Amino acid sequence: MADIASTRDRGNRSTDDGGTTKQGREPKNWRPFLLLIPAFVIVSFFFLAPLIDVFVRSITDPTLGIQNYVWLFTTPTNMVVALRTFGTSFLVTIVCLLIAYPYAYLMTIVSDRTRNMLQLFIMLPLWTSILVRTLAWLVLLQDTGPINGLLESLFGIGPLPLIRSTFGVALGMSQVLLPFMVLPIYSALAKIDKRLLPAAANLGARPVTAFFTVYLPLSRPGIFAGSVTVFILGLGFYIIPALLGSSKEIMMSALMYQQISGFLMWGHGTALGIFMLTTTIVVLALVGRLSKGTSLFAGRVK
Amino acid sequence: MRPETSPSALDQNERELRQLHLNTEIISVINDAGISLRDVTKRYGKKAVVDAINLVIEPGEFMTFLGPSGSGKTTTLNMIAGFVSATEGLLHIYGKPVAKLPAHKRDIGMVFQNYALFPHKTVAENIAYPLDRRKIAKAEQKTMIAGALDMVRMGEFGDRYPAELSGGQQQRVALARALVYKPRVLLMDEPLGALDKKLREWLQKEIKRIHREVGSTFVYVTHDQEEALSLSDRIAVFNNGRIEQVGSPAELYQRPETLFVGRFLGESTVLSGSLVNTVGGTSTLDVSGHAIRVPGEKNSTSLAILIRPENITLCAEGTESESSDVNTLPVTVLDANYLGSAWRCEVQLPDGSTGTVREAHSAGVREPGTRAVMRWNVDSGVLLEDTGEEGVSLT
Repeated sequence: MADIASTRDRGNRSTDDGGTTKQGREPKNWRPFLLLIPAFVIVSFFFLAPLIDVFVRSITDPTLGIQNYVWLFTTPTNMVVALRTFGTSFLVTIVCLLIAYPYAYLMTIVSDRTRNMLQLFIMLPLWTSILVRTLAWLVLLQDTGPINGLLESLFGIGPLPLIRSTFGVALGMSQVLLPFMVLPIYSALAKIDKRLLPAAANLGARPVTAFFTVYLPLSRPGIFAGSVTVFILGLGFYIIPALLGSSKEIMMSALMYQQISGFLMWGHGTALGIFMLTTTIVVLALVGRLSKGTSLFAGRVK
Repeated sequence: MRPETSPSALDQNERELRQLHLNTEIISVINDAGISLRDVTKRYGKKAVVDAINLVIEPGEFMTFLGPSGSGKTTTLNMIAGFVSATEGLLHIYGKPVAKLPAHKRDIGMVFQNYALFPHKTVAENIAYPLDRRKIAKAEQKTMIAGALDMVRMGEFGDRYPAELSGGQQQRVALARALVYKPRVLLMDEPLGALDKKLREWLQKEIKRIHREVGSTFVYVTHDQEEALSLSDRIAVFNNGRIEQVGSPAELYQRPETLFVGRFLGESTVLSGSLVNTVGGTSTLDVSGHAIRVPGEKNSTSLAILIRPENITLCAEGTESESSDVNTLPVTVLDANYLGSAWRCEVQLPDGSTGTVREAHSAGVREPGTRAVMRWNVDSGVLLEDTGEEGVSLT
């Protein structure tokens, strides 16, 4: 509140100044935006322009029209792949959430030293090549790998299809995406006042009740931020599904690669890309609306 | 929700107490007390943070735990609330043993220093929280919430969020939330510590009024001695995990039993000396070569006399008294400040330490550097054992 008030205050003061010295005020307001120019140039040339190109190709290749989108929506395989992609990404989001929440909570209650260690453990995989990590999973999880070997010698089961399956893909993706869930949740949990849970207990709430009525609602912003990040990043994964997944159960990124690189169907590939982009924006908008109502002030927001 | 102690449970409780070989008198004290602590100890590793505390708080009493930080007062409060478990000892609330009861079953109200309001709930929803836990019907809740908000004079603010309120308003909401379910015990952990002086004084009055209105047992933790003196029925002074003295504010101020208590509450002038003789209940001490008389007797080689500054007057040099009712001591004026209602002078005592004098009238020796004579009635001195402790800062 204080922030809002002081910002408003500052705003008033600057308009008052503007009334008397109008020329001195105006350059001050737009000059900082010059700082955006490098970013704007880079985004325009290397992201916006290619994106427009992708969109144009999707409606002009090979001829002008919506035939690529008709193909997209009328080919059953495409819809299966899209559903599989969203499903896997959703599964990975849930797995990451279940692992990350207790981990992030642990980070809020330990000493500074231990917290730095925990943070390091989470960041370490990020600094390792994704290809190396995925190949390591491949070695571990393959039918003749150590895990299946152990399962067989101890329990006499196996070999289980740990790779070339959704399990393998979800496992590999969860590991890579975990930091993107832990960090936002941690930053949300770290802001929660530690005295709120004793206060809830004092008012008669059992520990479980206190968690669901106080702690969880207050950590919701972190859960939303982490989930959206993991979900959207998960949609675009290529290497992990390619190495750990089955070639019969491909994901969206592989389908695009196949259309463009394999069949040289630029129109199909770009239409798939635009489809993914649109769906992602829709998901973001939905979550944004959902989290706005509940994140900080449950229910009512002016 | 509220587990009333049934007669058979009380019998059981009494049987358990008998098994501890406590005599009937102590058992009846425990049963009649609002809160009873017997030999309550909290150890972290080998260090006793709270060391065998015995305290009986009467039902409906306003008790303040006063002490410097680290003296064990907050730990004791947290043991009563159930946030910290006692290592040893018996803890009873209205005759019911609670040492093994988790915090959410103790049915105690608590106000925290940082308010601990739920930021995602409105003021009314915050106050409804304990009522929801007790499964009270919504219609009934409405009148209870309105009543609680009226009591703390926050009736208009039910729909606000805590972040939209000032510190004082938040603390009043916290008070309403802690009282809405009418707990028999209300604990307050430095509730006014984060507020400015004006607001603090006003809220002190409010807390006193509310205590009169609800009649619950209040336990209030503070390190601010002025706050303790103005609020409490009785004060327990904590030091190093022990209670130094329990008594009414006036008792503690006028008749401290230890030098620590005397120095912690209010201002004081302390003279160290050695015993010369004791005649007819009055002791004479040798204070830097001057014979000083004080009521009482104590068997100790190093003694101290504590005098409150308002009981001392400063006179010009050469007015040493020969009366046996009045003590005089030569001093040097160090500093004099006009406070409006009085003059507050600092003087250097013969042994080099500093004493304080507070005089209502403006006549007297005021010039820094002047030699003067400090006079006070023998009866206004308090004889104490000199534990060699330095004065505690009052912040």
